[in-house]
Amino acid sequence: MIKIKDLKKSFDGHEVLKGISFEVGKGEVFALVGGSGGGKSVLLKHVAGLMKPDGGSVTVDGLEIGTAGNVALQSFRERLGFLFQGGALFDSLNVFDNVAFPLKEKSKLSKNVIREKVMAELENVGLSGSEDRYPSQISGGMVKRAALARALVEDPEIMLFDEPTTGLDPVTGQSILNLIDDCHRRLSFTGIIVTHEIPKVFAIVDRVVMLHEGSVKKIGTPADFKESRDPVIRAFLNG
Amino acid sequence: MGTMGIFFFKTLLYTFVPPFKIYRCLKQIQFIGFQSILLIVLTGGFSGMVLGFQGFYSLSRFGSDAFLGPMVGLALIKELGPVIAALMVTGRAGSAIAAEIGIMRISEQIDALELMGLNPYRYLMVPNLIAAMICLPLLTALFDVVGIFGGYLIGGKLLGVGAGTYFGEMAHYVELKDVLEGIYKSFSFGVIIAWVCCFKGYYSGVYTGFGSEGVSKATTQAVVLSSVLILVWDYFMTSILF
Repeated sequence: MIKIKDLKKSFDGHEVLKGISFEVGKGEVFALVGGSGGGKSVLLKHVAGLMKPDGGSVTVDGLEIGTAGNVALQSFRERLGFLFQGGALFDSLNVFDNVAFPLKEKSKLSKNVIREKVMAELENVGLSGSEDRYPSQISGGMVKRAALARALVEDPEIMLFDEPTTGLDPVTGQSILNLIDDCHRRLSFTGIIVTHEIPKVFAIVDRVVMLHEGSVKKIGTPADFKESRDPVIRAFLNG
Repeated sequence: MGTMGIFFFKTLLYTFVPPFKIYRCLKQIQFIGFQSILLIVLTGGFSGMVLGFQGFYSLSRFGSDAFLGPMVGLALIKELGPVIAALMVTGRAGSAIAAEIGIMRISEQIDALELMGLNPYRYLMVPNLIAAMICLPLLTALFDVVGIFGGYLIGGKLLGVGAGTYFGEMAHYVELKDVLEGIYKSFSFGVIIAWVCCFKGYYSGVYTGFGSEGVSKATTQAVVLSSVLILVWDYFMTSILF
């Protein structure tokens, strides 16, 4: 479904992605791991079409994202959900309006139907009762939950998660990962999770790709990673 | 300059392409226009009062203090009204627009809009452009009226120029083309404010560095560049319309 082929990207002469290639199948959830500054978020933004590659391509169901026109890109984004590292909630809107925003702006659903959908989504992420609060009035974990609810409210086919647990305490981080897993079981989306939370994330993903110094170090199942004797991978797994 | 030009044409394009975001336009009209009224009344009133003083003492040297009304009227309607009102709106609303869009940029809210399949130009730039084009001429008209009465307060009530002389001579010398010149100017200043302030906010982090420092620089640059462009464009408009 998502095919990344020889993807290259540089910033100010510094090569961040040095020819990344891997494929994510339909309904599969991939963990994208690696050291900080290793280009994981940059790669995710290429998949979403927020950045254009210097070389190579990202293709989703045959559509090359980097060269797609506005209409094709917009149509692709109708199927996409994206959880930003900081949540990216609209700070002038309360939690309810944030989650309702894409429905209000894009669908022709009635106010009552939108309200029902939003309240159901907020209940799914454990935010019932917080709908009138503003992003600045809630905790980091609640911001991520609200952002997840907004990303999921349109039932996306593809979900991209940019460090969903960063900045959260271990318990809240685990609850967010559990929530992602629950949502995947419910919606069967294809997903890529950029994270440092290993080995915790291994429990909810099908495969893992590790980036190291701008290249793919290893692709495999969580079990493959656990059994690996590669010193770089061992160092990463053991902290 | 190329990026700024493309940014402007994209904004202009989406101004005429539906769906139109009427509620957001009204909200920006309230912010740029309605919330600037007190500032415009204050600055307009005092500008007119200063003109009343300066005009009276200058004209009385030549025995022409009867022409105080036309002098105040023409100076305000053709030049000071559009320029000062635009500079005030730049400082009050333009800086806020640049900061708001800049914060949305660095906190990835604009990326979030794009990934929802929504067009940031339609949501952020077009409402500001339309609101500024509508509000600036209206605020300028208010500035002119308050300024003219401020001039009368000083010239007429304090320095003894009669109301008939002040307003009668003004009606005689101020023509429709003078009023239109002020309207054209203020309209174009509205375009400049919305264009520059939205651009600087939208490209925070690209041209002005990252984080809150980038937004702060973008806001400063938005106000400085808008103000300079208003004065430069005013010169060219005056040269063309004189």
